[in-house]
Amino acid sequence: MTAPALYALAGIALFGLGLHALIARAHLVAKILALNVMGAGVFMFLIAVAARGEIPDPVPHALVLTGIVVAVSATALALALALRVRAAGGRAELPEQESPDA
Amino acid sequence: MTDAADTPFMVGVIALPLAGAVAAFVWPRRAPAVGLCVAGLVWIPVLGMLIQLVSHGVQHHELGGWAAPLGIALRADGLSVLLVLMVALVGGTVSGYAAGYFGEVRRSTSPSFSSSPPGGDGEGSEDGGRAHARACFWPLWLFLWAALNALLLSRDLFNLYVTLELLGLSAVALVALADAPVALGAAMRYLLVSLLGSLAFLLGVALVYAAYGTLDLPLLKAALGGPVAPVAPVALGLMTAGLLMKTALFPLHFWLPPAHANAPAPVSALLSALVVKASFYVLLRLWFEAFAGAATGAAMDFLGVLGAAAVLWGSYQALCQSRLKLLVAYSTVAQLGYLFLLFPLSGAAAGGFTAWAGGLYFVLAHACAKAVMFLSAGSLMRAAGHDRLAGLGETVRAMPVTAFAFALAAVSIIGLPPSGGFIAKWLLLNAALGDAQWWWVGVMAAGTGMAAAYALRVLRLPFVGTASLPPVRRVPRSMEWTTLGLALATLGLGFTAAPLLEWLRVGAPVGGPGLVGGQP
Repeated sequence: MTAPALYALAGIALFGLGLHALIARAHLVAKILALNVMGAGVFMFLIAVAARGEIPDPVPHALVLTGIVVAVSATALALALALRVRAAGGRAELPEQESPDA
Repeated sequence: MTDAADTPFMVGVIALPLAGAVAAFVWPRRAPAVGLCVAGLVWIPVLGMLIQLVSHGVQHHELGGWAAPLGIALRADGLSVLLVLMVALVGGTVSGYAAGYFGEVRRSTSPSFSSSPPGGDGEGSEDGGRAHARACFWPLWLFLWAALNALLLSRDLFNLYVTLELLGLSAVALVALADAPVALGAAMRYLLVSLLGSLAFLLGVALVYAAYGTLDLPLLKAALGGPVAPVAPVALGLMTAGLLMKTALFPLHFWLPPAHANAPAPVSALLSALVVKASFYVLLRLWFEAFAGAATGAAMDFLGVLGAAAVLWGSYQALCQSRLKLLVAYSTVAQLGYLFLLFPLSGAAAGGFTAWAGGLYFVLAHACAKAVMFLSAGSLMRAAGHDRLAGLGETVRAMPVTAFAFALAAVSIIGLPPSGGFIAKWLLLNAALGDAQWWWVGVMAAGTGMAAAYALRVLRLPFVGTASLPPVRRVPRSMEWTTLGLALATLGLGFTAAPLLEWLRVGAPVGGPGLVGGQP
């Protein structure tokens, strides 16, 4: 197995790990970290794609750079929101779904 | 070519709201004025795009002069222009409404985390948070507008990802403007779902690039013309799963009702009318253009079945709600289901353009009607201080303009003539019967009956509910009349089908006869 293929598979595995944590963990910070792990998985996959040829392909690098900017912004918003959820409800966890008659 | 034909109006519809957003952020005091200016001025590039479309067909523009594989290319065909027009109409109305909604601050308490009880009883403490909400609403909404227009004009998978992400982030921040704990929880859930959807989409994009080495939709379509690589269905599946999450198709709709129902009224209207349509639009671009070669009939049928389930389940839930805004939100879940009937019907040879036109007309009609419903629900909630259906009777009776607007929107949601909703359902029914897929007709009939039932739960309020209290506060007149204006536009869509559908045909990916069985 070539090195790029190994990295690509590891990227997919990271994506799966993150997905599992996103669903299984209750704490909001754990969920936000899980999303970051998933993002890192996709970025690793893209970099592995870029490394396939003799000359590295610049397009995936540009995509990853943009993706990192997006991920940082999204993480910042998520953390700020998580703080307010904790301030309002006392716990940094998602509240139970509102019942229809609440 | 004249100068008018070369003017890059496409850049204008993106740059104008973006510049407005920055201005509104820098000068919070002038933010409402900036927002209303943008809502007015944006019609110049929007109408310019429409004129270019009618006179010169599909338009392309390469930003900075860089061509497709490397640079960012914009493309405006009939579908894009029609949806940009819809955003300008609904967005402009909501801007006018929001100026009144966020404008009045009666008590000058400092913005603080309110500890109000959930579910609309927090209207009193909302006054304090309103100054804060007013300062944040305009920049966020104008960013959302710019992201929407950029998304509708993109023709590159990665740009679609970035615009989807911008759209999701500003939408979540807008939901969080309502300070109630329920709204914060709903916003958090919305954010997590939205980010998960984006990442699934992005992984699909990465797979596409790995397999085909391009992200440009037309180039991708050409690359997929030959034998389809096995990775193509996987990539399409991942992207579709992410987009379905963002579009809140049953059974992935769980996040939508709390988020849409607990946001401030103008935000609810924007989310339900416009934001969920954006990811649906991307689905159309993928399934009917780039991946037309990889999409199978069975997969199209599967999307249709999910849509049918959404119609039935959403309508049933709307019938069970005791709060007005939740009822309207579940109605959105149901109405989004109809959009997905487009897939099995338009995928079939005989349905073709009829189903395509029906589905897209549904998008337009629902955007207008659902915005009206949320805006009038917001006015009623402002007046009564709550939105429990059982106690709204006197309030509805005291606000005839708002009640009339809601009734007009209900006519379109149910699908009664003469309204946009009627034309849309008529076209979908024609497509289903023309292609002998009669089972979808049963779903539409059941959905229509249930829509009538849940709409009447609201419309009967002035005639029953004698035990309710009179309204506790006055609502700015601008809120009521802007709502009515959009309600009349909803009705007007019933009369403007012929030109709109001709525009839609420009560059449409499906062919076939137009209005099967004549136009009503």
